[in-house]
Amino acid sequence: MKSAVIVFPGSNCDRDIAVALEQASGKKPHMAFHKDTDLPDVDVIAVPGGFSYGDYLRCGAMAAHSPIMKVVKERAAKGVRVVGICNGFQIITEAGLLPGALIRNKSLKYVCRTVGLRVEVTDSDFTRKYAKGQVIGIPVGHGEGNYVADEETLKRLEGEGLVAFRYAALPGQDADQANPNGATNDIAGIFNAQRNVLGMMPHPERAFDPLHGNTDGRAFFDSLVETLS
Amino acid sequence: MSARKEPVVNEALAAEHGIKADEYVRLLEIVGRQPTFTELGIYSVMWSEHCSYKSSRVWLKKFPTTAPWVICGPGENAGVIDIGDNQAAIFKMESHNHPSYIEPFQGAATGVGGILRDVFTMGARPIANLNALRFGEPDHPKTRALVAGVVSGIGHYGNCVGVPTVGGETNFHKAYNGNCLVNAMTVGIADQDKIFYSKAAGVGNPVVYVGSKTGRDGIHGATMSSAEFTEDSEAKRPTVQVGDPFTEKLLIEACLELMNTDAIQSIQDMGAAGLTSSSVEMAGKGGLGIELHLEKVPQRETGMTPYEIMLSESQERMLMILKPGSEDVARAIFEKWELDFAVIGHLTDTGRFVLKMNGDTYCDLELAPLFDAAPLYHRLTEETPAQPALDLDEDELWPEDLSLGEILTKLVACPDLASKRWIWQQYDSQVGADTRFLSGQADAAVVRVHGTNKALAMSSDVTPRYCFADPVQGGRQAVAESYRNISAVGALPLAITDNMNFGNPEKPRIMGQFAGCVEGMAEACRVLDYPVVSGNVSLYNETNGVGILPTPTVGGVGLLADGHKAVGLGFKNDGDVILLVGETEGHLGQSLYLREILGLEEGPAPAVDLETEKRHGTFVRDAIQAGLITASHDVSDGGLQVALAEMAMAGNKGADLSGLDGWHVAELFGEDQGRYVLTVKPADLEAVETRAAEAGVTLSRIGTVGGDALTGASGAIISLADLIAANEAWLPNYMNGKVG
Repeated sequence: MKSAVIVFPGSNCDRDIAVALEQASGKKPHMAFHKDTDLPDVDVIAVPGGFSYGDYLRCGAMAAHSPIMKVVKERAAKGVRVVGICNGFQIITEAGLLPGALIRNKSLKYVCRTVGLRVEVTDSDFTRKYAKGQVIGIPVGHGEGNYVADEETLKRLEGEGLVAFRYAALPGQDADQANPNGATNDIAGIFNAQRNVLGMMPHPERAFDPLHGNTDGRAFFDSLVETLS
Repeated sequence: MSARKEPVVNEALAAEHGIKADEYVRLLEIVGRQPTFTELGIYSVMWSEHCSYKSSRVWLKKFPTTAPWVICGPGENAGVIDIGDNQAAIFKMESHNHPSYIEPFQGAATGVGGILRDVFTMGARPIANLNALRFGEPDHPKTRALVAGVVSGIGHYGNCVGVPTVGGETNFHKAYNGNCLVNAMTVGIADQDKIFYSKAAGVGNPVVYVGSKTGRDGIHGATMSSAEFTEDSEAKRPTVQVGDPFTEKLLIEACLELMNTDAIQSIQDMGAAGLTSSSVEMAGKGGLGIELHLEKVPQRETGMTPYEIMLSESQERMLMILKPGSEDVARAIFEKWELDFAVIGHLTDTGRFVLKMNGDTYCDLELAPLFDAAPLYHRLTEETPAQPALDLDEDELWPEDLSLGEILTKLVACPDLASKRWIWQQYDSQVGADTRFLSGQADAAVVRVHGTNKALAMSSDVTPRYCFADPVQGGRQAVAESYRNISAVGALPLAITDNMNFGNPEKPRIMGQFAGCVEGMAEACRVLDYPVVSGNVSLYNETNGVGILPTPTVGGVGLLADGHKAVGLGFKNDGDVILLVGETEGHLGQSLYLREILGLEEGPAPAVDLETEKRHGTFVRDAIQAGLITASHDVSDGGLQVALAEMAMAGNKGADLSGLDGWHVAELFGEDQGRYVLTVKPADLEAVETRAAEAGVTLSRIGTVGGDALTGASGAIISLADLIAANEAWLPNYMNGKVG
């Protein structure tokens, strides 16, 4: 599996996702800079978390208009897998690869903790190594992860099985503590209609290594490797 | 000199700059003429307490600062220690107390930004931030807003720059009502052959300014931080700087990229007193002169005067000396990261500090005295009188109407011991994907050295109420507790940074506290092989004449050869045997039990036996390294019973504590030093007991892990659920206005 990681000014999870991709696939990802106008031939493109452009204007809004995103959109249209995590989700949503928007957390506060995620769809290149309905623990860290969309979009996402992950209670956790940001329908991650583009707020690269004390994110990367190798 | 349109300098104007009459006489002697307005401004910041350490320098010399593993001790931007494999850990702690009280969000945010720069300016990639926060009593009208502002400021900055905030401490006491403390610590990693220092060299080499543009913010911040607060301090809000973590992130990447080339001769961040202190210190250390052309300084406001440019404390700026012929390489990197880059002057052999703007000269001073002739004060010290011993019998100690469970509930819910989840959940503690433990999961935060199996353990510690009761014991205890916390995760304590927060040094009692704490800390550092490699002094932490508790915060760093071996504090396995390391005498003086249950802040501080600390720490570390320990926690605030409750809450497991039946209240809640609680699997018990006997360490079996409550011989003391609910509820309720 060949991969690329996009680096914007202010990206800060670029190294973390690159480490996870390399460890899972055995190949160093290509690190692409926001000003680049081309990408090598890759199977998967990761748009990482962070604070691209310092969140100025609106999270992801400026990055969505950088030269590299034109290439990312072209590749996505050709079926290359694209995953946007956290700020990456905000960026690819701003870029129009996914519907809806991510707004300020309901608490109005940044939140960093491990949340429960129910894997809603296993028929995808990103999630096939999970069991349907399985609840995994994955860390989040964001101030604006509250997913919103118009009624029609939500109906389509739900109806076509495009909700990839939903916040769910971890063992021993109260149900009302599960959703960290107030996201509509507890949505934590969504696919595009072709399911080759995924946006998600939680960080599987932070639950990957035994040192993290939690390896629930490992199967995410193994799914990609199994599909694309 | 044609310093046009500048005010005329006289003693009154000097006084407004915080220069005392005798200091002004000294200044006139050194300069040999009336200084210009710009020159006066420069002298005022260089001679401020904040920059010159004029009250504290004589005492700071007492700290041990060397060890075979110390690469660079105090005097540089941060301290540097050897962590093997040609790698170094670079770290420092610094206060941003006054700005945070005036403008909590930006004050705290720029505190984080400033300490990060101190570390990456030396070539290190920052890998962890910690924060030691002290606020006034919860029901003081300002406290809630200060907590909210400081926490969101720290989060705003640290989260955006992508450095995990992994630890710290938060306490509340009325002594901080008018003067909160915000001490920020950064730890970074560099290759030993890529460490950068601030000593300028090479006459004619270009002086380069990079980063953000200079504005009028923060002018006289260093001077503000060197004076007591009064009612009208709020009017000083314009002296607080405004931070931009996005620019800082770019600056980190650009500097580290440039540091990978061979372009930089020396580099320093522009912190307190901005362009003035950075240029003076760099040239001063190199014994050179420097000439700057201020019209070349990137500016974000029009019409700035030389005085304003030199005294601005705008954030996210660095000054560096480039090697000849390196300008193009450096410029290209900063342009790539879309940061300002300007050659603003050059080094000279004249030994003079020359500032020109549009052809006019505004400053032409001999540089050396600015750097090394600041006033030095041997302030009067007055010893803190010894506290009388407590005179309370068992009946008075235990309020009749409270059960043990109720006492414990009250303690774990008190502001100092209540869960700080509300705070740390607002910090990104995971970015970098190398975090093993946050503080709260273990006695010290543990972060892996990227790309290796090694990990650093980090902790911030001090018990100000002990320091107030007995500065020498309090100073010893601060270092000993740091040593204990680092040892408790299994790491070898290597060195500390200190952040000395005290009141007005012109008062002998305050200066006596300072001297006493230094004495105790220095002794502990010597005995524990735990030298001071960097630090910061913050004096004049007083409002309307009332000083804070003496608060010498200790930031400790230790090393684990294998981060996977680090041990947390939560109970791990049902059936594990709970062991107490150390002797329990039942010292209740200055304890949290006394304060929270009986409302007394009395008695002597607990004594610290440093040889015992060393022996116990070594025993705990070795047992962890041998893989024999499943959980480990030092006994500190609240004593043994609280330590056990914390282990139960962190592990979400109860314990049978019938081994403590018959223990007196003083033994359960006393704060005797040098103690740890460990858990071991039954199969390893004998091995651990043998090691303890061989090491001369007192080890007692006190219970067994398991169940959903803490239980004694006569049944449940308290259920785990109730304990956790009490511990978790206080801070969110307080912040929502429901309590306090």
